[in-house]
Amino acid sequence: MRAYTPKDDVQKKPYYTDRYWVAPQVAKSDVSEDEVFAADLEAIKASFEVLDAYIQVGQMVVVINATDNFGVIKMLKNEREYNQLSELSAIDWLAQEGKFEVFYQMLSMSKRKRLRIKCKIGEKESIESVEKLFRSADWSEREMYDMFGIVINNHPYMKRILMPDDWEGYPLRKTYPLQGDEFAQWYEVDKIFGKEAREIIGPENRDPARVDRYDTERFSRLGHEVPRGTDITQGEPDTLIQYQEEGGAFMIEKFDAQKTVTISDRDR
Amino acid sequence: MAQHQVNYLKDGGLPVALTTIDKVVNWGRSNSLWALTYGLACCGIEMMASGASRYDFDRFGTIFRASPRQAELMIVAGTLTKKHAEFIRRLYDQMTEPKWVISMGSCANTGGMFNTYATVQGVDRVIPVDLYLPGCAPRPETLQYAVMLLQQKIRRESANKSQKPKRLM
Repeated sequence: MRAYTPKDDVQKKPYYTDRYWVAPQVAKSDVSEDEVFAADLEAIKASFEVLDAYIQVGQMVVVINATDNFGVIKMLKNEREYNQLSELSAIDWLAQEGKFEVFYQMLSMSKRKRLRIKCKIGEKESIESVEKLFRSADWSEREMYDMFGIVINNHPYMKRILMPDDWEGYPLRKTYPLQGDEFAQWYEVDKIFGKEAREIIGPENRDPARVDRYDTERFSRLGHEVPRGTDITQGEPDTLIQYQEEGGAFMIEKFDAQKTVTISDRDR
Repeated sequence: MAQHQVNYLKDGGLPVALTTIDKVVNWGRSNSLWALTYGLACCGIEMMASGASRYDFDRFGTIFRASPRQAELMIVAGTLTKKHAEFIRRLYDQMTEPKWVISMGSCANTGGMFNTYATVQGVDRVIPVDLYLPGCAPRPETLQYAVMLLQQKIRRESANKSQKPKRLM
């Protein structure tokens, strides 16, 4: 992993380039600019606490308390015509705020509006399932549990969806190394052969471009194949492309321009 | 009764070919390499193309079988994830001896571009491999060449070689 360095003085360094593209912040506008959203926000505010609300790229974002998520989404579905939950996931802000941000992206087909509900939960907290309202939340919540370790209450089948059931760690957290922790690196060896086989098999080669020119145990040059384990530091012979059968295939001969006769008279 | 007796020494007798058991057995084995269908990712598409009419694997006696019990060649075509690793080992163990493995494509050889936590960095960490086939993805001609090289390898080795464990376990 690359060591973390603060990026506060980005402007002072003229040659600074980040490894990743950093999205610029999109301007936020007030909810009162849009009548439909303003009415929706009033309805939410009537029965739930709203921490923040704004419009970004034509979509309203409402930040609520995590405990209200089921109630707000139920109200939006039944009373405000937001009849589709198109996306549900989380963002890891543990390093910055010590919290996950869980978001629910909703769509109203009749109003032609998109609305995003956001709430924040701590690392050890759990959140209520909205699977009773939207079936699409079933797998999304399982994925959220699989990738972030966010436990969902009252979910019908709270199991990992992508990783194996006996996997340890949550891969989409920012602290999870890309090439895996020790458990991940030895997972298949431990599971199939047992931990005692680690020494025999050895650690993973994490440089897939590495080719040892003279290693005939694991590599062979096309057109220069030699038996496995041969020492080729002094050069290796060319392997001719030849017939599989010794002495050539039955009734088939290679074309030899010297020995063949070209018939010039076509009418002969 | 005597008139039906075949006189081997007269009129050339019956056609007799002399060879060794090794050659006959290896001739049979190398020309009927039944492969287990093991398309895991995009290399599987190339493997299917190799089996289909334009490239026609049947010419080599390579016929794809859907059961490990009927297969002696495993072409690992594609990315092997860690979740799937135990199943590939189980299927390999279910194949009958003698058996051979072709690791097809960069992902199967080394993990390829998937240098991540979820990908096995080369199938040789799980099963022994006879032939590594480079490419991303290798064209059907390359797979044919690999099978022909494997045929040459089979013809070279002894027919009743003791089943010594390959690289792993």
